[in-house]
Amino acid sequence: MQSSLLSVTQNDQRLNYRRRQAVNQVMLGLCGVAALIAILPLAWILLYVVQRGYGSLNLDFFTQLPTPVGVAGGGVFNAIVGSAMVVGLACLMAIPVSLIAAFYVYERPNTLLGTLIRFSTDVLSGVPSIIMGIFAYTVIVLTQGHFSALSGGFALAIIMTPIALRTTEEMLKLVPKTLREGSLALGAADWRTLLQVMLPAAISGVITGIMLGVARVAGEAAPMLFTAFGNPFFSAALDQPIATLPHQVYVYAISPYKDWQDKAWATALVLIALVLSLEVVARGVTSWQQRKLRGR
Amino acid sequence: MSVITAIKLKKRTSRWSELVRRLEHGDVIFRLLTLAAGMLVILAAIGIGFELWQNSARPRAEFGFDFLVGTNWDPVIEDFGALPFLYGTLQTSLFSLLIAVPIGLGIAIFLTELAPDWLLQPVGFVVELLAAVPSVIFGLWGLFVFVPVVVKPFAQFLNGTLGWLPIFEGPVFGPSRLAATLILSIMVLPTLVAISRDVFLAIPPSQREGALGLGATRWEMITQNLIPYGLSGILGAVILALGRAMGETIAVTMVIGNNLDLSASLLHPGYTMASLIANEFTEATTDMYREALILIGFVLFGLTLLVNIIARLLVWRVARRIPTESRA
Amino acid sequence: MTQNQIKVPEAPSIGAMLKTSIVGLQANNDQVNSFKVQVKNLNFYYGSFRALADISLGFPENQITAIIGPSGCGKSTLIRTLNRMSDLVPRARVEGQVLLDNENINTSDVDVVNIRRRVGMVFQRPNPFPKSIYDNVTYGPRLLGVRNKKVLDEIVEKSLRGAALWDEVKDKLHESGLALSGGQQQRLCIARMVAVEPEVVLMDEPCSALDPVATIKIEDLMRTLRNNYTIVIVTHNMQQAARVSDYTAMMMMRPDRAGEMIEFNQTRTIFTNPHDKCTEDYVTGRFG
Repeated sequence: MQSSLLSVTQNDQRLNYRRRQAVNQVMLGLCGVAALIAILPLAWILLYVVQRGYGSLNLDFFTQLPTPVGVAGGGVFNAIVGSAMVVGLACLMAIPVSLIAAFYVYERPNTLLGTLIRFSTDVLSGVPSIIMGIFAYTVIVLTQGHFSALSGGFALAIIMTPIALRTTEEMLKLVPKTLREGSLALGAADWRTLLQVMLPAAISGVITGIMLGVARVAGEAAPMLFTAFGNPFFSAALDQPIATLPHQVYVYAISPYKDWQDKAWATALVLIALVLSLEVVARGVTSWQQRKLRGR
Repeated sequence: MSVITAIKLKKRTSRWSELVRRLEHGDVIFRLLTLAAGMLVILAAIGIGFELWQNSARPRAEFGFDFLVGTNWDPVIEDFGALPFLYGTLQTSLFSLLIAVPIGLGIAIFLTELAPDWLLQPVGFVVELLAAVPSVIFGLWGLFVFVPVVVKPFAQFLNGTLGWLPIFEGPVFGPSRLAATLILSIMVLPTLVAISRDVFLAIPPSQREGALGLGATRWEMITQNLIPYGLSGILGAVILALGRAMGETIAVTMVIGNNLDLSASLLHPGYTMASLIANEFTEATTDMYREALILIGFVLFGLTLLVNIIARLLVWRVARRIPTESRA
Repeated sequence: MTQNQIKVPEAPSIGAMLKTSIVGLQANNDQVNSFKVQVKNLNFYYGSFRALADISLGFPENQITAIIGPSGCGKSTLIRTLNRMSDLVPRARVEGQVLLDNENINTSDVDVVNIRRRVGMVFQRPNPFPKSIYDNVTYGPRLLGVRNKKVLDEIVEKSLRGAALWDEVKDKLHESGLALSGGQQQRLCIARMVAVEPEVVLMDEPCSALDPVATIKIEDLMRTLRNNYTIVIVTHNMQQAARVSDYTAMMMMRPDRAGEMIEFNQTRTIFTNPHDKCTEDYVTGRFG
């Protein structure tokens, strides 16, 4: 054997060795602890919301209007309808645009315009939701002169678009190329191929993308503050202020009254159940869809 | 008539018929439609900046760049400065990263390098669910549970042991920048984990084998090979998380205490740009007041835009680099 | 852990023959002073699938031993048990003994990190770290605690010379290792490994991603390295095994797709006068 350059005494090496092994053990252990830390707040939040909110839940809570401070009972019927309306409006605006734009990005990913659309999508997904609220405010509320369900829907639509666009594009990319080529080779027009072959193949993925988008925007309170604005009464009009669930949670939570704070927990329970079940279903469908497409 | 003109003529007619055929098949219309939708997306991105700029003309004319360094925010005399909010936003978001980055990287490492297969899905799922919890629910939980149970005792402990440091100066409040920082660090975890996990997964296994084959411990492999290899991607994740933290509104508004304060202490209540807008926008009765808030929004937009562009470029760079290297 | 629990009925002739061939080697061949590495009754399982069945053989010190056999017969799996890289395979289980200097390294209490330093490995595709050439070579020594710049410089020169790469890169030590050609990258990986002064060198098809010229260089290098190291090379290239190795182990896949050792002998014997019909068919190209 040649002379060793690796120096140092046997003892030094053994010490160095032990230190390295110890560092390894400790740090890897800490990584495991980090994973536990991720689980802790989620579990805590879920358990607490259920525990605090469950008591106030009853049929009335889903069918009645909010009561003033000190008056027992009442519900968040208006906020449920309001959330449905605002989110529905957002879907009406965001889904067609993001689907069709996703086709463009899918077909021409490397053109200047394709890159620009992708880049804009990334920019939009990074803009704070409160800024979307201001945007909707200046574009709709200022021009109309009053808060409205429409402006709330508009703000949420812009938040939703990048999510739906991105997932749709990803799902289209997962569809085997042969499927598309097969259709084109039969002489089908591009748009027929996309709509009648590609979209059906990717549809469950696209739907989950939309569901994820809905889950995300249904929980948004910040942009509602000065667009939908909130409304203690029932309204289903597009051009009137309207209550939404997340905004209602906020209003109840920061009020100084104990009974409203209790209602905040109950409303939060309704909201989180809605959002998380959308999320769970969407994630489940996504992984199923990906398995199906990749397995082919 | 020469042969050449005949061919040209034929070409022209065939191009024309091609166009007609395409029109008939609807491809042209469809293409225009997709183009229009794409343009709408671009327009929205540009439109946001434009609208915020347009609608904040008054304070820009009045204060100019002094707006950024002004320390006063007094709607009554219409004297507006953004510094306390800029400060609050930067302090809370940066400190939240200080906490979240090691934890987030730890989780990503756990998921990609350590966890047995059966744990991957559940832990990944929990992280995704954490991302789905609405901000207002974080705020509610923060306000009534997290702040009194965790933050306040923790703040008292910090003040008691490290109170001589300016950032842990008393008096101790419950709702504070510390509360916002801690809540934010939980809220940005999913972003950090998701992206850095993808970065780690994209590193070729041969790098791991090379390091371990030379007698590196797993931890040495992680710190000396994987993290340097994916550094720009991880940085991208960190910066993207920074953007999230800076723009987070409702949860922060509910726990930060909403107080103009320029002291160094994390334990004092503070204000962020986003929480200021959330709190005061509907109360803004004069044009000047409202436009000052929109200008704050513009500053926030600019900051998050900058941060996002940097982050995307970093993440894109990694995505582009990986295929070229595996060719080697 | 040390004894295989599942006994699968097997052809007695092969096991017996294997034993005789090893025993015969030890008895007859005075070139073999000792086995640096020895494998005894090794079984390898991926989940419930048995990938290696009752492998037993020894790798003579300071000699080059080639492992040959058709693809999928477990050559790479076997070589990876020799430095416990097999630990990285999810759901894998190794039963039996792997002796390094007569010490079993296939136990749970053995120090894997130290084993991997003593038993270096070169992989199928060159995998230099995206660091400078200098940092690639000093990676291992630094882990071992060498900080002295002068010593590191010395190690770099010695290792690169040892890998026959010094003259080509001495002027660009601080350029990225990825900027080198494939063959140079592979030699850099060898230098990187030589720097931690291993005792055994495992090579898992080290030339499969290289062109013929680069392959010749690596083969020349192996002959030099042989003076200082015990070398085990997995190759699917019969000519390569014949060219570089002193001993050859022939593996085959059984009908149940588990790999088994068919024949182990001096390379000369394997290629000119194999005892086993399968080996003969394989080395003469009639099979696989």
